[in-house]
This record gives sequence, structure tokens and C-alpha cells, in this order.
Amino acid sequence: MEDRKFAPIDENQGGTAIASEPKRLRKRTKTFTDVMLSVQDLHVSFKTFGGEVQALRGVSFNLYKGETLAIVGESGCGKSVTANTIMGLIPKPAGRIKNGKVLFKGKDLTKLDKSEMRKVQGVDISMIFQDPMTALNPTLKIGEQLTEGLRTHQKVSKAEAREKAIKLLEVVGIPNPEERMKQYPHQFSGGMRQRIVIAIALICEPELLIADEPTTALDVTIQAQILELFEEIQERTGVSIILITHDLGVVAKIADRIAVMYAGKVIEIGDKREVFYTPQHPYTNGLLASVPRLDLKEEELQPIEGTPPDLFSPPNGCPFTARCPFAMEVCERVYPATTGLSETHAVDCWLQDERAKQVIGHN
Amino acid sequence: MAIYIVKRFFMMIATILIIATLTFFLMHSIPGSPFDEERTSNPTIQANLEKFYKLDQPTHVQYAHYLKSIATFDFGPSIKKPNESVNKLLARGFPISFELGMVTILVAVISGITLGTFAALRHNGIIDYAAMAFAVVGISVPNFVLATVLIQQVAVNWNLLPPATWSSPLHMILPTLALATGPTAIIARLTRSSMLEVLTQDYMKMARAKGLSPMRIVLRHALRNALMPIVTIMGTMLAGILTGTFVIEKIFAIPGMGKYFVESINNRDYPVIMGSTVFYSAFLVFMLFLVDIVYGFLDPRIKLHRKEGDA
Repeated sequence: MEDRKFAPIDENQGGTAIASEPKRLRKRTKTFTDVMLSVQDLHVSFKTFGGEVQALRGVSFNLYKGETLAIVGESGCGKSVTANTIMGLIPKPAGRIKNGKVLFKGKDLTKLDKSEMRKVQGVDISMIFQDPMTALNPTLKIGEQLTEGLRTHQKVSKAEAREKAIKLLEVVGIPNPEERMKQYPHQFSGGMRQRIVIAIALICEPELLIADEPTTALDVTIQAQILELFEEIQERTGVSIILITHDLGVVAKIADRIAVMYAGKVIEIGDKREVFYTPQHPYTNGLLASVPRLDLKEEELQPIEGTPPDLFSPPNGCPFTARCPFAMEVCERVYPATTGLSETHAVDCWLQDERAKQVIGHN
Repeated sequence: MAIYIVKRFFMMIATILIIATLTFFLMHSIPGSPFDEERTSNPTIQANLEKFYKLDQPTHVQYAHYLKSIATFDFGPSIKKPNESVNKLLARGFPISFELGMVTILVAVISGITLGTFAALRHNGIIDYAAMAFAVVGISVPNFVLATVLIQQVAVNWNLLPPATWSSPLHMILPTLALATGPTAIIARLTRSSMLEVLTQDYMKMARAKGLSPMRIVLRHALRNALMPIVTIMGTMLAGILTGTFVIEKIFAIPGMGKYFVESINNRDYPVIMGSTVFYSAFLVFMLFLVDIVYGFLDPRIKLHRKEGDA
């Protein structure tokens, strides 16, 4: 009985191991110890006409001071909702935090009222949005958009704020910042606008920067520049970054740790190298395998077959069961417990159970 | 900017000229003459009168004379009230109509935008439903019906406000209310829908993420973007309100331009018709010009002129 329960449903599909070569990843040997942000068992739902969407179904992770944590996953997995919840931007009353905590330096942000939250927004935590073409107000000069946050939160004169903004524009690489302060967003290119958005996010010197797909809307050459800018800023200020993306190339470049989300849960989290080289969840596996590679002469992409589950009525068991090549009977019924593989690496998968067959093996 | 204004100025003159020409020929194509009613006058007197007002001359000569009067802005005496010049009539009547129109516009814009903004901020809430119910009623009820109801209820039955004439701020309340309700409703609906759209924009989310005060978010970030469609309809709305004053003036016995305007058409009082039409169209064309200028201030992406180096 036990054996049968833990046997793979289709053994033919099993056993495709997926260790890719550690080649292009840069080595980073920083260690992070101070927990700055701790998200604990976060549940967020949205009421819609069709019913209640359970966007987050128990998200937990820690963020350390000075690190870059990448949250990856396909569309609709809850990456952006996680970011918006931390930032206090969940539209109410449609969206509701049903359970869980967001502890920022020990303070639970979900318990703050609107005016208390405003003292955190843009001051302690800043956000960078996906599309720089729409994130800036078209009718206001960028000088005003840069300084208004500073002037709201700190007692600084107009001249001081201006001076700081000009310096910051220089930092993010805008030429002629003094002149540019007087211009409107439409007078800037996409890459320039994203630099301005980043400058706006940095103006109050936040400790945490949440970047929601900051390079998705930019073309590839600009992407690299923006990512370099992130690294530079982190080196300069020691800011922690949560980087939300579905672009694994971006992750490889600047992340320290990676959290993989699927159907409103963090299914695997670990050091970048651990997740890239020894992924333990079949979904992470599939995600990495689906990245087009220049070094292999394969014409076709290798997508993960199927679609994520409907979050109106999410399954009881592991949400990846229906798409998982190693799915077992138990997967469908019970959600797996989190297994710690190392100090940093953890995964939610039944394959980690000692009774399961070894299918992903590179131990 | 200067180039744009000069260009617009010439276009405005051309527009006024076309309106003036159309009015002239339309008016002359209507049968009848200013002297139809006076049956007692004998043919000699009639002929002399026509000669005095140059009505005996061929149409093209009259037209030339009329153009000259526009250029010099002197429309001569009224036919029906020979001791009054058209300029005098305008000087007496227009300020009152203008006052009514401007107060109405002011009331409509301020209350309409406020109502629409609150409706959008409380989307699908009680304020929203109440505001939109008001808007539907406001758009559907014609102002002359509203005017009579207001006079009956507020002035006659409750005796709260004077029912007619135009002599104190209190006298202004009812006519303004009657005239402003429709435009208020239109502006409220428009503000609401454009505000709802603006509120979902990324830059609004960004403004919230900056931790700005809700007041600043709405006034500085949302409203300015949401006002564009309202500025767009302001031009035509202005025309509607200015001509709408004619009816309201009649109901409330306000001595504005409306009375002279309607009377002059009934009497074929050519100089008054021409003078007031040209004056009104000039005024409207100028207002539309102002609207376009405001546009450029509200949205920096709209360029009123081409700068060198711009694509």
C-alpha cells in the first residue's frame, strides 16, 4: 500500500536528470545574516465576479539585509501580489490579507493602518514598476515627481530636495540632470525613464527596493544597463532588493537567492547556485529547461506542458501535480511539507520523502 | 507660441467672416421685412425708411456695407428702436448674459468635477450611485422645465428666493441653478469615467507607492490627467450655455441679450441680428481659442506649435 502510493504515475517519463553546467554564473560568496523582511504564511485573496481568487496561499520567505532575492515564476503565480502586499498596495476591499504576517524589521506591516503605512511607503520600502512608459505621470515635470516623495516624508526645503534629486539623477546615469528636471516624461526614452523611476524609488534612501519586472518592458541592451545599475546601487547603499521576474537571465545576473513561486506558493527557495545547479522541484527543473540555450543546437523550446491550476478552487495537494512528470498519488491529495536541504535550500515536494523513488538525482 | 497665436488669430477672423456671411444671406432669404407690421405707413415713408437703412439697394451692396460695419464694429441704429444703436444694446444686454453664463459655467465646472471625483473615488458606493442618479436626472430634465419648477416651488410656494429679474446675488441663484444643472450632470459623468480610468493607471499606483497624501494623489496626480476630456467639451458646452441663457432669461425676465436677440429675429431687425450674431460668434471663437491654450497647459504632450528638432 505504502509503496504503491509513492510510486511515480508514469515511470517512463521519470529519470530525466537536469543538471546544467555551472558556467556563466558569477560566483558570489557574500553571506547574509540579518533578517530584514520576513514574510510568514501570507494568504491573500481577491473577490471577483467569478468568485474568490486565492492569489497567495501561504507564502513564506526571509529577506536578508543587503541581498538580492529573486522571485521567479510564470504569469499569475502570485509574484506581483506578493510585492504589492509587502508594499501595502493591495486594492481594498476587493483584495484581502486573510492570514500571515509581513514583518519588516520586526514590525508587522499588515497591521498598519493607511496613514502609518504611508510612512513606510517610499521611505523604508520603495517599488520600481514594470513599465517605465506608464509609471511616470505624463503631466508632471520629472523634477516634481522626483522630489515630491522626499518633500512629503522629510522636512527639506525645495532647494535641498532639488539638489538631492539632481545628484541622484547623476547616479542613475541621466546626463544634464539640471536641465532634465524641468522636462516631462514624454521627452525621455524608455531606458531613461526607467532610470528616473529608479531614482524616484531611491530618493528617500529606502532599505528595501522591490522591483516588479523592472526590465521586462525594455530592450535587451538597455536591460543589461539597468541591471548593472541595480548592482551599482546595491554596492553603494547596501539596499536589499526583491527582484520579481520571469526572466531567468536577469536572475542569473544579479540575484543572490531565488524563490520559485507556483500557484500562490513558494515551492523552492535557495541560494542562486543551489537553485540553478541542483533544482529539486520538478517545476524549477522545467523552468530551467525551458530557457532557450545558445550552446545547444536545439531548434525547439522545451516548455512545461499544461497550465497552472485555477486559483478559484486550487487543489488540495501539490498544485503542480497535473503537469508534473513525476507525479504520485500522494501529490494529488496532500500538499508536501517543506524539506530543508541545506541551510539555505528548501523545497516543497514529495519527491524529497524518503519513501519516494529517486528521480531527480544529482546528490 | 507666438506663431501659434497669430495663426489662430487669422483663423478666428476667417471663421467669424464665414459665420457673418452665412447669417447675412440666411436672414435675407427669409421672407418679410422690418416694416411688415406697420400697415399704416404709406409707401413714400416706407421707401424713405428703406433708403435710410439701405434696404433698397441690391443685396451685394448691402453685404459690402455690412462687412464694413463689422470691420469698424459699428452696426448702426436698430430699425425697431431708432434711438438705440446696436452697440448700445450689446453694451447693455451682454454683460448681464455674460454674468449669468460665466456664473453658470463656474458652478457647473466646480460642482461637476467635485461630484464626479467623489463618485470615482467611491466607485460603486453610495456616493457614486447618488451622484450618477443626479446626473441622469440632470441630463434628462430640460432647463426650462427645471426653471419653472424652481420658480413655483422655491420662489412661490416656499417664498425663499425672488422668482425673477436680475438685481442682487439672491436673484442669481434660481436662474443659475436652472441653467447649470444640465452641464453639471454632464461634467460629473465625464469626470467620473475619466477619473476611473486614470485611477487604474500605473502612475497612480506609483504615486501611492511613494506614500503621498491621498489629497495630493487625487488633486495633483489624478485630476490633472482626468480633466482633459472636460476641457475638450468645455468649448461646445460654452456655446450651449450661452445660447441657453436666452431661454432662461426669458423665463426669469432677465434683461440680457436673449430678449433682444429673439425680438430682433421676429422683427427682421437686420442690424441687431447681424450685430449680435457676429458679436456672439466672435466671443465663442475666442473662448474655443482659450480652451485650446488651456489644453496645452494641462497636458505637456500636446504641442501648440512645432519646435525645431521635434519629430
